[in-house]
Amino acid sequence: MARSRSPLVDLADSKELVPAERHSELMSPIEPERTLNDWGRSERIEGLMDRTLFEFFYRYWFRAEVEGVENVPAEGGALLVSNHAGALPPDAAMIAKAIREEHPRPRDLYLTVEHFFKGYPGFSMLIPKIGGVAAHPANVHRLLYDEEQLVLVFPEGRKGTEKLYKDRYRLRRFGRGGFVEAAMRAEAKLVPLCVVGAEEAMPAFAQVPLLQKLTGLIYFPITPTFPWLGPLGMMGYLPAKFKIRFLEPIDMAELGGREAAQDKALVQTVAQEVRARIQENLRDMIGKRKSVWFG
Amino acid sequence: MTPAGTRRVLLTGLSTYWGGRLAQALEAFESVETIIGVDSVEPRRELERTEFVKVSNHHGLLARIVRAANIDTVIDTRLTVNSVSSGPRAAHENNVIGTMNILTACSGEDSPVRQFIFKSSAYYYGSEQDDPSFFRETMLRPHPPPTPLERDIVEAETAVAEFAEKRPDVEVTILRCANVLGPDVDTAFTRMFALPAVPMVLGFDPRIQFVHEDDIVHALEHCVFHDTPGVFNVAADGVLSMSEAASALGKRPAPILPPWGTGLVAGPLRSLGLKVPSEMLNLMRFGRGLDNRAFKATGFEYGHTSRETVLKLGEHMRLDPVMRGIEGGYTYEREVEDFLRWSPHVQRERPGASGVEADQDLLGI
Repeated sequence: MARSRSPLVDLADSKELVPAERHSELMSPIEPERTLNDWGRSERIEGLMDRTLFEFFYRYWFRAEVEGVENVPAEGGALLVSNHAGALPPDAAMIAKAIREEHPRPRDLYLTVEHFFKGYPGFSMLIPKIGGVAAHPANVHRLLYDEEQLVLVFPEGRKGTEKLYKDRYRLRRFGRGGFVEAAMRAEAKLVPLCVVGAEEAMPAFAQVPLLQKLTGLIYFPITPTFPWLGPLGMMGYLPAKFKIRFLEPIDMAELGGREAAQDKALVQTVAQEVRARIQENLRDMIGKRKSVWFG
Repeated sequence: MTPAGTRRVLLTGLSTYWGGRLAQALEAFESVETIIGVDSVEPRRELERTEFVKVSNHHGLLARIVRAANIDTVIDTRLTVNSVSSGPRAAHENNVIGTMNILTACSGEDSPVRQFIFKSSAYYYGSEQDDPSFFRETMLRPHPPPTPLERDIVEAETAVAEFAEKRPDVEVTILRCANVLGPDVDTAFTRMFALPAVPMVLGFDPRIQFVHEDDIVHALEHCVFHDTPGVFNVAADGVLSMSEAASALGKRPAPILPPWGTGLVAGPLRSLGLKVPSEMLNLMRFGRGLDNRAFKATGFEYGHTSRETVLKLGEHMRLDPVMRGIEGGYTYEREVEDFLRWSPHVQRERPGASGVEADQDLLGI
């Protein structure tokens, strides 16, 4: 018998339990009668949001302008990496909308979100329905490797959304490079992208830690409309002109793929390279922009 | 390991739902030469050739049965996974002490046991805010278990894993089963789904994976006849959201539990009849998904998806008020059972000599 018989030895490598060549074939089949998928994503609710709210914001409010959408691969798993700021940023929804509208082969985008949202009533119901997935490395790996989907990450994470108006377009630290490691393990493509406009659409002038503690939210910003208009103020975006630029993809399989993910130095180097490219392009885009509101 | 010869099986917890079902299923296999079931209470299902031995979880007595009957396969199905149906102390006694005693009975240099199958639960993983969306067998829970029942399940499984490490010549299988639904089985979920509306926590719509009761029996059976060392998740294809499950049942979700202080409200509700066990409270907020591919890779095929499982339950619940009471109950009578098994006057070859046939048809064997 070839296999070891102790479960603990088998446990050391779960890849052996699911043979590599069968990993996607063994996935749960799609049941057409269902309205949700296994991540809890609802085509119906997402479609409704897409046709109404996102459509309005994308076309008329932010008047989004997109360049380089062909850099998003038409098939296979790809990790999109973006800058991120503002109190309740509309950037994720606008990036997803841009791919649906402009790409020759429109694809759905999964957004990775803080674990916080899974624990907060209301958000916990809505966010998975419109394609939000908790930012767990195992989730990103499954989406990229097993399901070959598009996944969006904001490596700045909470440090990005907490950023105040005066720090706009200054990228925060890119975590510990976990996103690069995830893309390498999945041998997916990595697409850096820049969003200009989101950081003015809902500027945060201050953070109030005391109110944050009292409400149990992840942060409590002071914006032009929040908290003055209550929860509705969270949607009070200023009509800044949105510009989204997708940059050249980086193929992780070429960089060494799965084995390279163990190499911490390489992971850090790639993470810094990605950060530098986004920062450089942001500077270029802001330099060319004549007006925050009219582009 | 699929031994060419016949099998001699010991089932623990014969009087539990799973023990009884599995014994009935194994009776149909000719290659299973002997089935001995142990429990401290009398069986509740009619069995043809399974021998029942009434014994407490004492390891000395169990070890004597194992050696005397030259048992090669032990299937442990007694794990308690509901803290409402049995008290915390009884659950601890059964899950931790009971498992320890059974493992002790199977160990020792001269033990004939070559295979040990342990039915565990997905409560092993728990349910927390920062969980992955799909647990794989290699993943551990991110936080220590918050409820006594979950602590006991983790402890029991750790004991089994240690046994596996110490005895490399024994094939040990651990099955972590998702929440079971079905017409026969009685779980916290089937009770909740039997209510006029499905209670939910306000503002949450957790992702939950189910598995059909027949699939669990088939999974245990699959492990007896296939080479399946290791830990496996047993969960049907597809993860449903709670509201989706409710609408598949044709019921409305009722968000009656508050998002904050859920535990405080659950206590009084329990005395009002809404029996939500404490280990389920987190599940009703954060949900849980399991990666079921490893077990499928061993050749197992599920009969139902999660959605079909819920639909079947819905069908049964609509049919049940009409059909209830037709089949009649079964009571174990020692003398009658002994007579049926050992008397020279009982003609065993005649088909339909006992009531078990009907049950086998139900199982689809």
